[in-house]
Amino acid sequence: MAIVVDRKPLTFAERSYLPALLGGLKVTAKHFANTVFRGQNAAKATGEGYYPEVPWRVEPGYRGAPYLVRDQDGATKCVSCQLCEFICPPKAIRIVPPGPNGPPPERPGVEKIPKEFEIDMLRCIFCGLCEEVCPEEAIFLRQDYSLTGLARGEMIFDKDKLLSLGGVQGGIKKWSQKEQEARDQEEFPVKP
Amino acid sequence: MSDWLQFHPTLAFVLFSALKIGIVFGVVMTMVAYAVLVERKVSAFIQDRVGPNRTAPPLALRIPVIGRLLQGWGMFQPVADGLKFILKEDFTPVYVRTIYFWLAPAIAVIPALLTVAVIPFGSNLGAQKMVIADLNVGILYTFGIVSLGVYGIVLAGWSSNSKYPFLGGIRSTAQMISYEIAMGMSVVAVFMMVGDLNLSRVVEYQAGGIHHWLVWRQPVAFLLFMVAAFAETNRLPFDLPESETELVGGYHTEYSSMKFALFFLGEYANMIASSAMMVTLFFGGWQPIWGAAPATSMLAGVGHILWFLAKLCFLMVVFIWVRWMLPRFRYDQLMDLGWRKFIPIALANILLTAVGLAFCSSS
Repeated sequence: MAIVVDRKPLTFAERSYLPALLGGLKVTAKHFANTVFRGQNAAKATGEGYYPEVPWRVEPGYRGAPYLVRDQDGATKCVSCQLCEFICPPKAIRIVPPGPNGPPPERPGVEKIPKEFEIDMLRCIFCGLCEEVCPEEAIFLRQDYSLTGLARGEMIFDKDKLLSLGGVQGGIKKWSQKEQEARDQEEFPVKP
Repeated sequence: MSDWLQFHPTLAFVLFSALKIGIVFGVVMTMVAYAVLVERKVSAFIQDRVGPNRTAPPLALRIPVIGRLLQGWGMFQPVADGLKFILKEDFTPVYVRTIYFWLAPAIAVIPALLTVAVIPFGSNLGAQKMVIADLNVGILYTFGIVSLGVYGIVLAGWSSNSKYPFLGGIRSTAQMISYEIAMGMSVVAVFMMVGDLNLSRVVEYQAGGIHHWLVWRQPVAFLLFMVAAFAETNRLPFDLPESETELVGGYHTEYSSMKFALFFLGEYANMIASSAMMVTLFFGGWQPIWGAAPATSMLAGVGHILWFLAKLCFLMVVFIWVRWMLPRFRYDQLMDLGWRKFIPIALANILLTAVGLAFCSSS
């Protein structure tokens, strides 16, 4: 059912913008006086302090910088499928696949591991599409929100750096299960 | 006075004019830098923040109490900001129209500085009148120069060759042209009462104390001029050419480093110029609130300059404060206010003033 909102026409005084002006003056003067004369400010109100000394507390689920993660056995989860590279809107991710003579994967049942994996943090917009698209749950937006460097080169994070920053994100070990299923199927009366 | 100060008149004129230009330029630039600081501090206080209170050169903190105090007030922040602007990478995108892109910041900043030339910022200091150019058509000069300021913004918007700056440039053309008419018409009434276009005469007309100031005799003209000045200087609530929430950065989206700083400088120099204009036209210029004749001693001359600066600073704070009092106007509201409200009110004000003056002179 449609609700009809009664929109009253503005009075002459309201159309002159003067009540809005006075209201604005009242609010701003109150906040100004509170900050200057009574020493109240947002940092004190939240009771923690000022930013560089007291870093901002990030809630779980915050989407900061994207990092690569390892599984609970310490193996790199990324399988170099390059989906994140393709979906990344600012093209911040660069992946070099291992090729025929590349490094072997760190966990069983997986074919590949990236030879190189770089995220240019200057280009990254923290959109989280890489996390959403990843079929292996290998990349996550972590809590870091303040990344600084002295040169542009410093801001390109390579695979080792991303893995060390990303830490461990456990979960279902999809490929171990698949491998187990495949091994079970080799014996003829297949176990139920 | 000793003999060596007796110059040839022409030489003295050139010398003292150059001196005045140098000092006024220096003072305006310093005021711009510290106006930015005041803006940041006042904005912070209004928003329950503390504002810049970290910057300090290494040795400043060795000074016992004052060092900490100056750091807390952010007194070294403008120096750091200035240095940062000089050292930042000056990036010119490949798709811009280069000549106009480089020209625009200069065109934006020069008119703002030129306007200050006709403002009488003091009475006398020794034998010198405290105004750079005592033009007898001061206000016409001002309006002529101020209208040039829009070219800087329009050129910046057009030469950036990108959509948001372009929209900002278009908005500024419409806005500045509309409000210039209202602004010009509002001061006509003032000059009808004074009977002279020279700004020094306007100040002399307001001699004799606070109750003689034109703000009491022409309140409507003052309000119109004030609001039009906000629109002319692109300040909130009329900052449509640069509105950050809609147009990224408006006309200066593509600018960086010192070129961006020039736009910034031009905006604040414009604010100072229009505040100085309002002080001269409506608040008695350099006159103290009890009124005074032009100074005969050095001390009184300096006092008058300080009175002028005090009034100027007050109006600057008003400029800064109003920014947080009102939200930005919608574009049609802005045009409506300019054309359908201000211009008729200004015309009516001229008519009423004329009728009043006719009655006064006939009786």
